[in-house]
Amino acid sequence: MRGYIDSIDTMGMVDGPGVRLVVFMQGCKLRCIFCHNPETWKFKKETFITSNELLKKIKNNFSYYKNGGVTFSGGEPLNQPDFLIDALKKLKEFKCHTALDTAGCGNGKYEEILKYTDLILLDVKACNPEMYKKITGAKMDEVNKFIEALNKSGKEVWIRQVIIPGINDTKEYMDELREYIKGIKHVTNIELLPYHLYGVEKYKKLKIPYKLKGVPAMSEEKIQELRDYLNENKTEE
Amino acid sequence: MDEWIGFIGEKWKKEINVFDFIRENYTEYKGDESFLVGPTDKTKKIWKKCVELQKEELEKGVLDVETHLVSGINNFKPGYICKDDDVIVGLQTDAPLKRMVNPYGGVRMVKSSLEAYGYKWDPEVEKHFTTYRKTHNDGVFDAYTTQIRAARHVGLLTGLPDAYGRGRIIGDYRRIALYGIDFLVQKKKEDLIALEKQEITEYVIRLREEVSMQIKALEEIKAMAKTYGCNISKPAKNAREAVQWTYFGYLASIKENNGAAMSLGRTSTFLDIYIERDLKNGTLDEAGAQELIDNFIIKLRLARHLRTPEYNELFAGDPTWVTESLGGMLNESRSLVTKNSFRYLHTLINLDSSPEPNLTVLWSNKLPRAWKAYCAKISILTDSIQYENDDLMRPIHGADYAIACCVSAMTVGKQMQFFGARCNLAKALLYSINGGVDEVKGGKIVEGIPKMYDKVLNYDKVLASYDNVLDKVAKIYVDAMNIIHYMHDKYAYEAGQMALHDTDPEKLMAFGIAGLSVAVDSLSAIKYAKVRPIRNEDGIAVDFEIEGDYPKYGNDDDRVDKIAVEIVKHFYKKLTRHKLYKGAKHTLSILTITSNVVYGKKTGSTPDGRKAGMPFAPGANPMHGRDCSGAIASLNSVAKIPYCNVCEDGISNTFSIIPTALGNDEEARVDNLVNLMDGYFIRGAHHLNVNVLNRETLMDAMENPDKYPTLTIRVSGYAVRFNRLSKEQQLEVINRTFHGQM
Repeated sequence: MRGYIDSIDTMGMVDGPGVRLVVFMQGCKLRCIFCHNPETWKFKKETFITSNELLKKIKNNFSYYKNGGVTFSGGEPLNQPDFLIDALKKLKEFKCHTALDTAGCGNGKYEEILKYTDLILLDVKACNPEMYKKITGAKMDEVNKFIEALNKSGKEVWIRQVIIPGINDTKEYMDELREYIKGIKHVTNIELLPYHLYGVEKYKKLKIPYKLKGVPAMSEEKIQELRDYLNENKTEE
Repeated sequence: MDEWIGFIGEKWKKEINVFDFIRENYTEYKGDESFLVGPTDKTKKIWKKCVELQKEELEKGVLDVETHLVSGINNFKPGYICKDDDVIVGLQTDAPLKRMVNPYGGVRMVKSSLEAYGYKWDPEVEKHFTTYRKTHNDGVFDAYTTQIRAARHVGLLTGLPDAYGRGRIIGDYRRIALYGIDFLVQKKKEDLIALEKQEITEYVIRLREEVSMQIKALEEIKAMAKTYGCNISKPAKNAREAVQWTYFGYLASIKENNGAAMSLGRTSTFLDIYIERDLKNGTLDEAGAQELIDNFIIKLRLARHLRTPEYNELFAGDPTWVTESLGGMLNESRSLVTKNSFRYLHTLINLDSSPEPNLTVLWSNKLPRAWKAYCAKISILTDSIQYENDDLMRPIHGADYAIACCVSAMTVGKQMQFFGARCNLAKALLYSINGGVDEVKGGKIVEGIPKMYDKVLNYDKVLASYDNVLDKVAKIYVDAMNIIHYMHDKYAYEAGQMALHDTDPEKLMAFGIAGLSVAVDSLSAIKYAKVRPIRNEDGIAVDFEIEGDYPKYGNDDDRVDKIAVEIVKHFYKKLTRHKLYKGAKHTLSILTITSNVVYGKKTGSTPDGRKAGMPFAPGANPMHGRDCSGAIASLNSVAKIPYCNVCEDGISNTFSIIPTALGNDEEARVDNLVNLMDGYFIRGAHHLNVNVLNRETLMDAMENPDKYPTLTIRVSGYAVRFNRLSKEQQLEVINRTFHGQM
């Protein structure tokens, strides 16, 4: 089966454990204001990989991936559920570790997809409907459905949250995030990712207006403060 | 012998056999780095002085030169860093960083080096080497053929050791510590007698002369050590003496020779045996052990040779390639990693990162996990380590081999190399299109190549012509090498180093390739796209128009990677059709170090779309920016180039990755780097230089060199301080593919 992709990174080491092949899938319905991969928004349908080709890539290079695996990222991988199920199944048969890097906003079949997924990197966009709408342009209904399926699946979850200066870089938001995550089961890791400017150039090239114009990159010190705050208060509980 | 108390085994006591001694006596260490300690006050004091001297040296180009004496094992008064504090003694001349003049390779090099730095050679000494005796360079040019001269002039062959020391020879310096000089002399005398029984052919005459010179050299080493108050006629009796005796051996070699690469060998595990014995009997503690190694390393960092500015253009940063090989396996189940392997790497922390000595880790998937992790950690911190595949080299050379220069493996004391620089295969490809005429300087360099008039280049036709060109180039190259090494033996024989080899060791003649990725992509372009030459009035293709896309080397695409494999196999086969001096074995490397910049400068536009004068990729690396299928695809393409029976002198690959792409925290980065290397080497790849840094850091370092005085990066086969590269070389490094860049 064909999966429509934007690109493949054969040496991904930040999207899940170990050395991983990262498949950047095409298409996303969200329009997150901080998105640094706007080239993956549209469904262009020109570039694809079949699940067999993908499996072959993993088999041929397993010496690198044996302690890592495959991560489907995007775009939003959940938008191509049939391909995802097909590819994940084949990878699991080969005993390859599988991960999904997702905002939880796809086209259903979540239970089936999660059956063959070892790890979910869940990108939390916002913790309340107003902010969610402001950041992604969408409603929270779909992600709530996904989280429901996720909680039933029992699969390991890493939470990721992008921190943007002036938008969610506050201790109050950390408190809100902590509460929100309580509603998600099997969370083993929370990563706060600093907003950066690497995406700006891509917008210029694609002639898409950039919504965060003038917002500086998140400072490493400030985000470390927030991480410490989040961790400190976790131990107190 | 008293010095050997506590050591077991019999074989090594009867014959010179350092490896047998190591195997019987070393203690494998599988633990982590937690036992390591910082530098002692003494070390700090000595190193501080060296840092100041090096700073002064960098400002002046060279700190000082001895112009009245010439190189030699015992031609200089003793010199010290801090006379009363030096833990390990011995310098090349009577003062630290003061360089010697070595005219045996050639007088022109000496004179232009001295002039470049504002020195004048003692006219009496100059007269000796211009009037009374001949140099290696004189000898070579007496014998060079017209074709060799032409190939050299246009840069088809570059960097040949015909005007300076050939280097790449590793004496087994450990022998002095284990046996003492007197035993070594006695064994050499026995060999000399044994040679009398043979028919006295030219080969035997030469060998007898060499062994006699070796015996004299051993006596000179002993005398040199005596000027430092050390009696090395007997074996070393403790760790300090073992380090000191070994260093005297190496020191003698860099007093006698100014070879391009003067490598150390494989000393850490050997010396660990002495350290372990002293630790056990309570005469040494960990601080003392690290102090010995730190100070040994300090001495190695002070090795200098007098070079011309042109040499620096080829190989920047004053490299000496004091390569030390660490780790590796003894056999399938036991590694040669000891605590001392850790201590050597730890000098990069105690004494800051440094390009020298060129620390080389012999990698095997079976190495202890803690050692692998420590190597990766130090790599990430310092960018100062290179990695080579022990599982490839051990079956060929046995477990006691070492790396000379960057990637050249040889069994210590049992094999030696005739170094042969490299041949520009991208230029050779242009000759096959241009009827053997040089595209930059004009003139027919290769005879008997028909000119091509095709509007669009035809792959089969170009390939047939290339085959023809390479046949002829192989002969020119072999002729040059045979002449060079004949003359080098005659006029600049390395008696001190060869005294620390078995008599009549196996010889490897190391040929080399530059411009592989350019030649490969050019052929791929001709095969898969439409390539139209743009010819000048003389019919020489000075540029190319490419219509359509073509598969590029570095993307794990067999359509083009196979071309790379075929080129190296063919070229090697062509070389082996010619007989070599002293019955040497042909070997081949794909290594450019930093010379890829100069090679590119001398080569016209190529059919892959590279413009005239632009740098080549280093070593076996894919061309910058053309490896666009991710880092693993890039590594896989290089891993396909065959090592065994083809490129046994090494296949160099330099890999740069940005720290944040390597993992989200330190632990993940270490793990991932270990996994990457395991994954790469298990595919049969040979070598990997690892740089973990940001392009922005390098760009900033280019603008503000003072901010990064010790920023060290791995280039092809060695490490260099970034601020000692030329602007062109810095730009070339910055333009390389950085994996993980967004």
